[in-house]
Amino acid sequence: MEKFTSHSGTGIPLRRSNVDTDQIIPAVYLKRVTRSGFEDGLFAAWRNDPDFVLNQPQYKSATVLVAGVDFGTGSSREHAVWALQNYGFKVVISSRFADIFRGNSLKGGLLTVILPQSEIEKLWVAIENNPAMTIAVDLESKTVAYENERISFDLDDYTRWRLMEGLDDIGLTMRNLGDVEKFEEKRANFKPKTLPVLS
Amino acid sequence: MGKTLAEKVWEDHVVRRTAGEPDLLYIDLHLIHEVTSPQAFDGLRLTNRKVRRPDLTLATEDHNVPTLDIDKPIADPVSRLQVDTLRKNCQEFGVRIHSLGDVEQGIVHVVGPQLGLTQPGMTIVCGDSHTSTHGAFGALAFGIGTSEVEHVLATQTLPLAKPKTMAINVEGTLKPGVTSKDIILAIIAKISTGGGQGYVLEYRGSAIRALSMEARMTICNMSIEAGARAGLIAPDATTFEYIKGRPHAPQGADWDAAINYWQTLKSDDDAVFDKEINLNADELSPFVTWGTNPGQGIPLNEVVPSPESFQDIEERTAAERALVYMDLAAGTPMKNIKIDTVFLGSCTNGRIEDLRAAAAIIKGKKVASNTRMMVVPGSARVRLQAESEGLDKVFLDAGAEWRSAGCSMCLGMNPDQLKPGERSASTSNRNFEGRQGKGGRTHLVSPLVAAATAIRGTLSSPADL
Repeated sequence: MEKFTSHSGTGIPLRRSNVDTDQIIPAVYLKRVTRSGFEDGLFAAWRNDPDFVLNQPQYKSATVLVAGVDFGTGSSREHAVWALQNYGFKVVISSRFADIFRGNSLKGGLLTVILPQSEIEKLWVAIENNPAMTIAVDLESKTVAYENERISFDLDDYTRWRLMEGLDDIGLTMRNLGDVEKFEEKRANFKPKTLPVLS
Repeated sequence: MGKTLAEKVWEDHVVRRTAGEPDLLYIDLHLIHEVTSPQAFDGLRLTNRKVRRPDLTLATEDHNVPTLDIDKPIADPVSRLQVDTLRKNCQEFGVRIHSLGDVEQGIVHVVGPQLGLTQPGMTIVCGDSHTSTHGAFGALAFGIGTSEVEHVLATQTLPLAKPKTMAINVEGTLKPGVTSKDIILAIIAKISTGGGQGYVLEYRGSAIRALSMEARMTICNMSIEAGARAGLIAPDATTFEYIKGRPHAPQGADWDAAINYWQTLKSDDDAVFDKEINLNADELSPFVTWGTNPGQGIPLNEVVPSPESFQDIEERTAAERALVYMDLAAGTPMKNIKIDTVFLGSCTNGRIEDLRAAAAIIKGKKVASNTRMMVVPGSARVRLQAESEGLDKVFLDAGAEWRSAGCSMCLGMNPDQLKPGERSASTSNRNFEGRQGKGGRTHLVSPLVAAATAIRGTLSSPADL
């Protein structure tokens, strides 16, 4: 995973709540067996509408998506994170993310930032007034800055450290395989196994 | 202070606990399918890692598979490649797989319980958000992303932050014609799609204890639709009875040891939940969704709500958008809504009991002339069981379609899709825009409402027949 310390880019206002992962990427786009190439499926149904924000030229190069409450609900598909990243987004800001989507995003290096809904509204207006405005998201200081605003956000220290070091969880767990082996020694015998096949 | 059920199961699986880090949790069972696993296996190959515990891993083919002509190669080349990739990966890494045509094939959340692999007190994960289904057995079960699938394949563990706990107390007795699907739709309407976020839900109370395992699975299945990654129910005699004698159920002395442990799996009387919600089962009636998220639901005998009736501005805007998408006018009686397709199936309501309940309503009647009904058993075993009971004949005689097992129209990854503008009454779990096919419109219903709707052609309950 690439290290994430800070990102500066322009924003795009997605004024919708409850953006579920079926909207982020519909199921018919999930058939690929790679991690790339999912940008064509991003918001596929909504992009048919020429007025949809992603189709508006002033937001063409945006890298910070600012969305309504409950972003990423529904299906656990990590393809939703890949589609956003493949399209070019580095940061998504919302007042509330669904648990699985949030976990997926932070594992894959897409920074999801939680700000109060009142700040989201202000940010939407600021972006709409000036689409070229730079939004600076800094993980070191845990702040989002634009124009004269500077807003702090919360992120647990462990996740922040992992993102800033670009560490992947599997490598970290592999260091502690001894603990896993010890746990396995005292697992109950009656717990089921899938092998051998019983009928 | 006592512990909740979720806390007990959690604590029994902590491999490593260090201040300032998430707990490392042991995973007892890892279910996989073709859609969310290929990139995880690729990751293993890139890093020269193995599947640590193939004997705690099981794969099925479900999301992509056709429900017609299953003896022929899958027609869609992209779907076929994904299924072939799963088969190759399972062979390479020594993972048990139940492929299309195999008697144990089916939707992963139907297959696990029916094999007896889902048991109380386990941790169960799958790259599918409806893994919460297995919580019906008192297991801590939740959906994960593909990075986590790779993590579990490689280490049989997951680093996780401990969730909060919420008790959902459902007391009373359900009226005839009211099912566990109506309970969960009413809960989601009450707490909204974000209400359970960050929590594990525990469904409790006399109305829950009275439910069969199938009905409990329907409730836990849709926990994710309330924003909760997991939902569970304390195991009891109903649970033990369901497991006993299944292929992977404990045997002999192991059975006794298991029962001893399983009986400890309930929230202590002095346990404190972070939040409690109460619902009166006596007051419930058949429930149906009108909008484009599962929280947008109302009793079937009410009218399409007006956006102005929502105080919250976000909810009001969402309602306005939903009515446009659903092509519905506020004030329309729900029962006047005409339905093109009835879908009976999915990991929510594709079990034998669901098919029996719907067949009992349909028997001797005909599907309405402008309506199509598709019946898709949740697994090949469910299909065989239904056929041995003659349920296939009941559906076919009524003019419904009888299909092979898979996820099918729940998410339309295979050819079973709504056409743009088509409207369904569906026993599945999500009414998102385009979920069942681009431009399709979905009303979530119970199997009983699905059956009555198929006969009348408009949203109906059995009482309307």
